[in-house]
Amino acid sequence: MIRFENVTKVYARGSRPALDRVTLDVERGEFVFLVGASGSGKSTFLRLVLREERASAGKVFVAGKELGTLSSWKVPQLRRQIGTVFQDFRLLPNKTVFENVAFALQVIGKPRHHILTTVPDVLEVVGLAGKEKRKPGELSGGEQQRVAIARAFVNRPPILLCDEPTGNLDPTTSLGIMRLLDRINRTGTTVVMATHDDEIVDQMRKRVVELSGGEMVRDQSRGVYGSDR
Amino acid sequence: MRLRFILSEIGIGLRRNLSMTISVVLVTFVSLTFVGAAGLLQLQIGKMKDQWYDRVEVSIFLCPATSSAPTCAGGVVTDAQLADIRAALDAPEVAPAIEEVFYETQEQAFASFQDQFQDQFWASVVTVDDMNSSLRIKLTDPTRYDVVADVVAGRPGVETVENQRELFDQVFLVLNRATLLAAGLAAVMLLAAVLLITTTIRLSALSRRRETGIMRLVGASTLFIQLPFMLEGAIAATVGAVLAVAGLWFGVDVVVQDWLGASLTWIPYVSSREVWTVAPLLVVVAILLAGISSVVTLSRYTKV
Repeated sequence: MIRFENVTKVYARGSRPALDRVTLDVERGEFVFLVGASGSGKSTFLRLVLREERASAGKVFVAGKELGTLSSWKVPQLRRQIGTVFQDFRLLPNKTVFENVAFALQVIGKPRHHILTTVPDVLEVVGLAGKEKRKPGELSGGEQQRVAIARAFVNRPPILLCDEPTGNLDPTTSLGIMRLLDRINRTGTTVVMATHDDEIVDQMRKRVVELSGGEMVRDQSRGVYGSDR
Repeated sequence: MRLRFILSEIGIGLRRNLSMTISVVLVTFVSLTFVGAAGLLQLQIGKMKDQWYDRVEVSIFLCPATSSAPTCAGGVVTDAQLADIRAALDAPEVAPAIEEVFYETQEQAFASFQDQFQDQFWASVVTVDDMNSSLRIKLTDPTRYDVVADVVAGRPGVETVENQRELFDQVFLVLNRATLLAAGLAAVMLLAAVLLITTTIRLSALSRRRETGIMRLVGASTLFIQLPFMLEGAIAATVGAVLAVAGLWFGVDVVVQDWLGASLTWIPYVSSREVWTVAPLLVVVAILLAGISSVVTLSRYTKV
């Protein structure tokens, strides 16, 4: 589903690469934790998958397409196959829960009747049924993140990218979010999650890819957060 | 869904930056009024040329008894000299430019002079001998005045050659300068309009960065993201253009037709029909302005 072949990303000419010759293969339906200190290259990895950045060297394949040769007008089409969740939720504060989720479908031109049936479904999946009319400000952090996940997943993308989705949440709430992501993963969605949260990684026992200084230092199935433990 | 969504986005954008929107409308209104005024002045010049140039004559004033011109050293023009001048006008390189030659005698000149200045006391001291007999030449093509002037000027018996066109050209010079002034002001105002629209679109884009960021992430097309901003600029600019057309129409109708038209009746004036001629131009300019501004701004602020 996602394949990196010797991918290097250098932001400013002459500086240390943010990602250094990374080779990685993520299969369809996998759940992968991307761990490492800040500045280790986790965000760069996600940005390359989204084609917010282009690789300086090497090849990035996402959903069967080589992103280096993908023309920019096809990028929106690529991104419709990728849901994205962030630490800071990125919800629209003046829209209701329903409108926030519907927004993702409106802007890719989905018809109204499709939106009216799909949005309640996905809100049911993330456990927010009955809160459609609330504004994000009236929700807890965990609930806001559920809205963000609903928005990322409403289009049923084959890939879900999560950039520290539990970074702003307490452990109990984080666990709920992880259960939700696990459930989404089991529907066949490939999930790549960048995180600092060692408890969660240790608990979930999924594949762990560790980056350090832009290099991939570990790729372990059913791994834990720290390699020395 | 798409259309309704885009329209609501535009509405939000225009309302959120209401004061900026109004200033865009006003600046395009003023700048396009100047553009339109320049256009109308040129149309006015065209109208006057059409009407006046047809009547323009070249007058060859022949020597009277007393004249200080060197070509008039021999006193009153002689028949031989006159025949010479007529022969020059009949030459093959000159003749095609001439439609008609009319000879005005001193007596005829005196009569029309007295007629024209009958109320002036000094007209009574002028005698027939003071008048010039003249050849009045109507040209087939008024612009080829110099062809005629070149062959006759300086010939013995010719005092001066006068082209009425030169008198009108003074008027046109003034009008052309006015056009330049209007066009110059229009250029400055258009620049201000472009900058203002650019700023407005940028503000609008910045204030909706969150939305556009999400749009990008969920795979909205670039056009879909940018269209509301482009249309916002275009709508504001078009409203400005419509106001400019209304202003010009009002100006032509009230100032030119009713006021100037009533006091200076011998000039053909532009009418509201000419305003409708420049109106599409103004709207096109407005849309171009907004288009250029959007392309410049949006490529930078809503990049995919």
